[in-house]
Amino acid sequence: MEEKKKKSSYISARESRRITRFNRKITRKLEAQRADANKDPKLYTTKMKDENNVVEFDNMCTYFFTDVGTVRAVDGVSFEVPKHSTVGVVGESGCGKSVTSLSLMQLLQRPSGQVVGGEIRFNKGDGTAYNIVNTPNSVMEDIRGNEISMIFQEPMTSLNPVFRIGDQVDEVLFLHHPDWTKEQVKARTIEMLEMVGIANKEGVYKMYPHELSGGMRQRIVIAIALACSPTLIIADEPTTALDVTIQAQILDLLQNLKEKVNSSIMLITHDLGVVAGMADYVVVMYAGRVIEKGTAADIYHNPAHPYTIGLMKSKPVVGHKTETLYNIPGNVPNPVNMPNYCYFRDRCEMRCEQCNGAYPPAIKINDTHVVSCYRYIDKGEILGYPKAVNVEEL
Amino acid sequence: MLKFTVKRVLYSIIILFFVMFLVYALLYNMPGSYLEMKAQQLASRPGASKSATEWLNDLKSQYGMDQGVVRGYFTWLGTAIRGEWGESWAWTIPVTEEFSKTIWYSFALGVITLLVEIFIAIPLGVLAAKKQYGFLDYFTTVFAMVSISLPTFFLATVLKYIFSVKLGWFDLSGMQGKYYDTLSPFMQFLDVAKHFVLPALTLSILSIGGLMRYTRTNMLEVLNSDYIRTARAKGVSERKVINHHAFRNTLIPLVTMLGGSLPGLFSGALITETLFAIRGIGYASYYSMVQADVPFTMFYLAFISILTLLGNLISDLLYGAVDPRVRLE
Repeated sequence: MEEKKKKSSYISARESRRITRFNRKITRKLEAQRADANKDPKLYTTKMKDENNVVEFDNMCTYFFTDVGTVRAVDGVSFEVPKHSTVGVVGESGCGKSVTSLSLMQLLQRPSGQVVGGEIRFNKGDGTAYNIVNTPNSVMEDIRGNEISMIFQEPMTSLNPVFRIGDQVDEVLFLHHPDWTKEQVKARTIEMLEMVGIANKEGVYKMYPHELSGGMRQRIVIAIALACSPTLIIADEPTTALDVTIQAQILDLLQNLKEKVNSSIMLITHDLGVVAGMADYVVVMYAGRVIEKGTAADIYHNPAHPYTIGLMKSKPVVGHKTETLYNIPGNVPNPVNMPNYCYFRDRCEMRCEQCNGAYPPAIKINDTHVVSCYRYIDKGEILGYPKAVNVEEL
Repeated sequence: MLKFTVKRVLYSIIILFFVMFLVYALLYNMPGSYLEMKAQQLASRPGASKSATEWLNDLKSQYGMDQGVVRGYFTWLGTAIRGEWGESWAWTIPVTEEFSKTIWYSFALGVITLLVEIFIAIPLGVLAAKKQYGFLDYFTTVFAMVSISLPTFFLATVLKYIFSVKLGWFDLSGMQGKYYDTLSPFMQFLDVAKHFVLPALTLSILSIGGLMRYTRTNMLEVLNSDYIRTARAKGVSERKVINHHAFRNTLIPLVTMLGGSLPGLFSGALITETLFAIRGIGYASYYSMVQADVPFTMFYLAFISILTLLGNLISDLLYGAVDPRVRLE
């Protein structure tokens, strides 16, 4: 055992050189492929499976070609965000939640981070859709901040310290409404500041970020995200860095504004309470894959996957006294060498004979509830297996 | 702002007082000084009536070096405040005359070098950061390492060999050409300018590397920060992200560094000046110091100290101008 452990974390010089060479070759090839796909709008235009969705992830794979090998951060994720709804994406740190959202925005650290397979379809609203994976940067610049916008988790550092608040909100409006006059833009900015609940809006317009508190800054970030009335707002752990009272305020604000601008929210968090309060649908991710998805009621009242059940057990319940909180034993497998059986098998308390087989398929156990676990193999319709991409064949 | 500046100026005066005292004390106690040498010379002249020690005591009282460090310092200070810097012992002309004879050549060399350094190093550093681990990045890294590591005399010799000996474009050394006296004033200026090309090139090549690496490091740090990701998420084009959002933040450390280079403009470059036979302040100050020429050294070091303190003050004020977080209300 000790011997084996040593081997897995040790890379010989020759192996390291081989990885570097392989990475260089493959990223170059992928970049060239992207450049080809960018040329013709036909190559990045596609059709939505369901017109009522804003975004559909279809077996998306995002890999990072690092110095220790290929990290399969997101490996065959499929879920959709319906119009005017909130989808909560939950999972522990490092399970690929943020990478999923960054892939949608094309903000991955290229060239090492690449979407190597699958499709991300973004509804244009006219019967066609963008396949974000192949969309060129020039088109993405029009989409970012305008149709899809993002709220980041660290409000203290996500505003540029050397520009005034007003200028930072103005900028996104100038970018996406080039025909607006200065007065129009400023009026809209002031309106946005009021909308996110800033009382001294004229004063804050002229302030620098360091003069505001964390909660105030997060309000500014939300104002920037909502200024152009996007169809989808990605909120990447918007309340993690804030204290609990401010958290509630920010979440309320987000929920209200979502109704006002009539958009969808993709809420990324590891806080089950936040998801329960806000989300219509919940997607549970584990080690780069979706293991269970359904409506909030499905997930909270009838969790099916042993991991989700464990998560529910491990959250504190008000009025319920326990000595120690439950925790799921074991660790997430190493993302460089993923096994080809259920990733949760070694930590699972409900494993059965079949678990020794290949990775379980997605199984539909009722109209809205989908789970990847062999315990339900006979209890529902098999939807399909997540497909990993063999990087050696690229 | 005004209050801060006044406070800083007052502090600077106190610092200056003690710095100059230290310099004076060092010069006062320097062995093998100008006066000792002079005494030796006088004593070894044929028919000398006094011994070296007697001569030394005579000279010391003549030059005012017999009153002890503290009193001597205050005597110097008293005359210096009135603007009387005295005569240089080593150059036997008034201190200010020797200074104004040499300083402008060094200043010209310093300014040209600084401008070339800024206009080449900063854009290169930004480009290298933009294409991290790309060809340009590796190329500039190698260039920077070479430029930091090369000794001045070696680079100067190589440049001389290529441009003077092989190509014959420039003279090997000196500040004027053969026919300087026959030229019109404008052509005379061009002639001198031509003689400054190689020294300026030498100094620029040596200094570019450091500033470039500094720019690159800072740019990389800024490019990895959260607010750059926010800017990209807003839909800002990559060019504007680099030139507007990132560069404005990279400027903060750069400005402080460049504010500190003010004294460097006047301090001269001893080795380069010597190699190219340029009569600049670098050589003049070196020679005075070796000779323990108290009036000139004191004047020159007071000048450099004032510039250093002024440079610090300027970079603090500039820091406030580029970074709103440290702006004083």
